[in-house]
Amino acid sequence: MAQTAQGTPAASAQGSPSTENFPAGTPVIVEGTPALGGSPMPGGSPPPPGTPVGAMVGTPAALPSPADNTAAFPAAVPFDAVPMGFYTDTTVCIGCKACEVACKEWNGLSSYNGGVNLLSGDSYDNTRRLDGEHWRHVKFIEQFDDTSQGRQGRWLMMSDVCKHCVHAGCMEVCPTGAIIRTEFDTVVIQSDVCNGCRACIGACPFGVIEINPTNKTAMKCTLCYDRMQAGLTPACAQACPTASIQFGAIDDLKRSAQQRLEQLQGLGETRAQLYGADDKIVGGLNSFYLLVDEPEVYGLPAAPKLPSRNVPTGGLMSTAGAVAMGVLGLVGLRKRRMDQFAAERAGAEDGTTRRDEEVTGD
Amino acid sequence: MTNIPSLVLALAQKEPSDTFYTHAPEWTWLVVVYFFVGGIAGGSAFLGAMLDLFGAPQDRPIARLAYLVALPLITIGGPLLIWDLNRPERFWHMFIQSETGRPMFKYWSPISFGAWGVGAFGLFALLAGVGALAEMGLLPRALRALREGPLGKIISALAGLFGLFVAGYTGILLAATNRPLWADTSLLGLLFLLSSISAAAAALILLSWRRGHPGSLHWLSQMDAYSSVLELVTLIVIVVSLGSVVREVWGNGWGVLLAVGTVLLGILIPLALHFRPRLAGRMSLPGAAALVLIGAFVLRAVVVLSSEAV
Repeated sequence: MAQTAQGTPAASAQGSPSTENFPAGTPVIVEGTPALGGSPMPGGSPPPPGTPVGAMVGTPAALPSPADNTAAFPAAVPFDAVPMGFYTDTTVCIGCKACEVACKEWNGLSSYNGGVNLLSGDSYDNTRRLDGEHWRHVKFIEQFDDTSQGRQGRWLMMSDVCKHCVHAGCMEVCPTGAIIRTEFDTVVIQSDVCNGCRACIGACPFGVIEINPTNKTAMKCTLCYDRMQAGLTPACAQACPTASIQFGAIDDLKRSAQQRLEQLQGLGETRAQLYGADDKIVGGLNSFYLLVDEPEVYGLPAAPKLPSRNVPTGGLMSTAGAVAMGVLGLVGLRKRRMDQFAAERAGAEDGTTRRDEEVTGD
Repeated sequence: MTNIPSLVLALAQKEPSDTFYTHAPEWTWLVVVYFFVGGIAGGSAFLGAMLDLFGAPQDRPIARLAYLVALPLITIGGPLLIWDLNRPERFWHMFIQSETGRPMFKYWSPISFGAWGVGAFGLFALLAGVGALAEMGLLPRALRALREGPLGKIISALAGLFGLFVAGYTGILLAATNRPLWADTSLLGLLFLLSSISAAAAALILLSWRRGHPGSLHWLSQMDAYSSVLELVTLIVIVVSLGSVVREVWGNGWGVLLAVGTVLLGILIPLALHFRPRLAGRMSLPGAAALVLIGAFVLRAVVVLSSEAV
């Protein structure tokens, strides 16, 4: 069932630039299920009594109260329209890929995998990247010192997903308005509006978006917008068995992440750092990470930028070039005319002199 | 004190760009061909407008020819763009919000204002082209009004201005991404603009070198030379400023193709023929023009496909 989301309420709450969005008051229709018509799975139902909500942080409005637990299936309470997202603590990821599976099941994504059904040979990673039919991707980074014959080293595992940037590059360039910001400050592609121009693919600084081979539109994680509208935790966070993927209000998640960071640093893990929790990276990421190495090691850009950064300079330089060529063209035409006049005058004077000579000769 | 070699060395040793973490949008041959034909169409309209507005009566046939080049090429370009969409039946979503019926225009999105710009250029190229055909006696006489008086001048001016836009916006469209090379410089718009003007002058020379007025042909050849020199300078500045990105993207066959196809064949040899026409005798003018067109195509193919290949 389609629902209407007005403009960009959450974006303004986060201070997103108005240039990212539609003019004020422009209604934007958001499909209730932006994915491929995914059907509910058991994991999508409200948890039965006594089941821990697991990877949800804060958001008291969404958490079942003790009174709710007395009901057989407590009704989910819709979330408040505040910025919400994911905090991924990579230190507790065990690489089980339950998030990948839950995402595919809930969103009805195929396992076509670009037609490749072979083992990649790249550690335990066979999907290899985020794209139109892989909205979650668990990265496996093996850090082993060859000289120690495998005795020293570590695994880094990270469940990657769309970052739902506060300043979203994909949304900036989308020419059809298919990419919108929801009331939860998340970024959603409306697949019934997208015409597959693929501008968003090159614009995303994280390499998240691709064309889905089934419906031939650009697709990515919606942060389970359909589930959020019903007050449910996104499928991946609900399925994560170690709470590596935590879902909740961004402010609560940031507090939780900061505590964990201090805990790790206190234990001597000096490389621990938060990625995207502040506004230094494209205004902040509504899906941010706790890492224990440099971002590049996880395949994340250290300083991602917005695609619009080149437009003012590029426009200015092109305009200057156009003016220069116009002036050169005018100078060329003027010089040609002056040469013509000079030639005509010389011809006329020549003719007069000749006439004078003829007259004198007479 | 920093000298130029050390500055070049410092640029070449810059940290790898953050653009290498992104996915390629798979803009391939259809986009390359569109950039080529759209660039020539836009450049032709610009040159036609210059001759119309500031030239002499002797330039009128070349100006007509310029519009008759622009019109079919942009007519080909539009469908190429639609064909390149994954959902071509939804191309109109670029212009109209599918859910509300309101105009869809985002001035901060090059692909959005580009779509409108191409549409506007198409309209004025059509009017100028129809006027040119009427002037040649191929359409009803009444349509000559499109080429005469204040109306004719307004149509020429707008066709020329939108033509310049179409000639250059494609480079800005590439720069408004996060892809290697494209987003690592903001000079691609200027590069494509200059190359488009050069290629358009070359196309007009090729089509008129037997019958065109020598004065008009000389001016076209001059415009070709000016834009080629500026294009070469822009290309050098891009290569130097890209630093380590050049090694990654052009340190392979693409770089060789660019050096041979665009710099040598498309710029240096045509410039040599321009300044030393005796080198190839009577064929200097058309020969240089043909090489310029090859160079312009190779430039677009290399810029688009080398980044796609990363």
